[in-house]
Order: sequence, then structure tokens, then C-alpha cells
Amino acid sequence: MEHTIQLICQTTALSELRKFLDKNLSQIMLSEKDKHQVTLAVEEVCANLIIHSHHCNGSDHISLNLRKEDDRIVFEIKDKGKAFNLLDYEAPDLKTVISEKRKGGLGLILVKKIMDDIEFESQGGTNTCRLIKFFGS
Amino acid sequence: MLSIETLQEHPHFILLPKGEIDASNSVQLDESIRKLAENGAKSILVDGSAIEYISSAGLGVFMSYLEDFQEQGISLKIFSLSPRVLEVFQILGLDQLIPIFPEKEAALNAN
Repeated sequence: MEHTIQLICQTTALSELRKFLDKNLSQIMLSEKDKHQVTLAVEEVCANLIIHSHHCNGSDHISLNLRKEDDRIVFEIKDKGKAFNLLDYEAPDLKTVISEKRKGGLGLILVKKIMDDIEFESQGGTNTCRLIKFFGS
Repeated sequence: MLSIETLQEHPHFILLPKGEIDASNSVQLDESIRKLAENGAKSILVDGSAIEYISSAGLGVFMSYLEDFQEQGISLKIFSLSPRVLEVFQILGLDQLIPIFPEKEAALNAN
């Protein structure tokens, strides 16, 4: 099972992303809690790319491929642009978020807490971020 | 889609966000809270019963006011969150930093 969606790099595309995930995750044996959590994590990565890598430029796109494998579900997010390697990003601690009155920074903490594995590669101008959730984890 | 109603139950101000809060609209939540604080509100309660979804953009709004409100003596409480919205606060441990109550009465009665 595999599904792909192209999203325009504007934050208004996030609700479209949630609808896509809601529709396609319903075919997968995941608990409601896990469906909600992986939706949140995928949205956080996409929102981060849309806002910080693409500056909400409506002529840019990112793509999301959702793939079910035997023991896992893989969300592959591709974009062209300045590479943002989630693995190199040191998430701020909550105290820093509060004291600096940052409205961002929490999303990637969520992604790291929710997903079981994160992979990143950048080749030929295309960045690929893979978020992996194992069934029953 | 997000709409936010503001109700006054003297001396409290109650915000009622309805819909999904994400990076496209969290600024509305931010503005609603900021306006109340600028207009002198000392007790702001967020009725979370109609929040269908919240991402980190929405959580970040609440977090960004924690210190200022503490210094200014403004109380910010949240009540009636659905289990799955509450869970997002819990994943990050924000439920330990922001007073969250199961229902309105408990929020009103808490110091």
C-alpha cells in the first residue's frame, strides 16, 4: 500500500495534509491514538519545511509518500531547497522555549518523541526525510 | 478552520476556540490572548471543548505567555480538553506547566 500527495508550500495546505492522512491511515491497523500522533508528527515536519525552508512560497512544493511495510509505516517527505536535517537539529528544552518566549521549537521535540526512527538524506538537490513508526511500538 | 469566541463572566474572560489549531491560524489564538491581556484581563480561561486538533504552533502560543503572565499576575487556565488534544500537551509535559482542568467549575475554583 502506497499513497502520495503534493503539497503547496503554504500553511493552508496543512489541513489538506491532515485529510490525506486521515483517509489513508484509516486503511492501516493503527490505534486511533497512534494515527493521531503520527499525523501530528508528519504535519510538524511539513510545517517546518513550508515555513522555514520554503518561507511559505506558494510556487514551491513538497511531496509526502506514505508506505505500509510488514512491520512499519514509512512517511517519506521530499523537498527541493535548503536542506534541513532533523537529525542534526538539537531540540531546545522546554525551559529555553519558555524563557525565550519562542512560539516554535516544540514541533520537532514532538516528532522525535512520536516517531521510532528518523532518516535524512540530501542528493542532487532533493532532500528526503523518512519518518518511521513500527506497528505495536 | 478556526473561530474564537470571547465571553466575559466577571472577573473572568473565557476564550472558546472552535476547530483545528495549526501553523496557518495559531496567530488568531495569539491575538485573542494578547488582546485580553492588553485590555487588563487578570483571569483568562480557555474552554478547550471545541478544539478538534492542536499542533505545536498552538501549544507554542500558550507557552509564550507563561513567563509574562506570571510576572503580570495574569492567570491562564485551560479546561475541557478532549483526550486526544490533552495528549499532545502531555507528550511534551506541558500539562505540568500550564494549569489544565477537566471542567470549567474546577478551573474557576482553583487558585
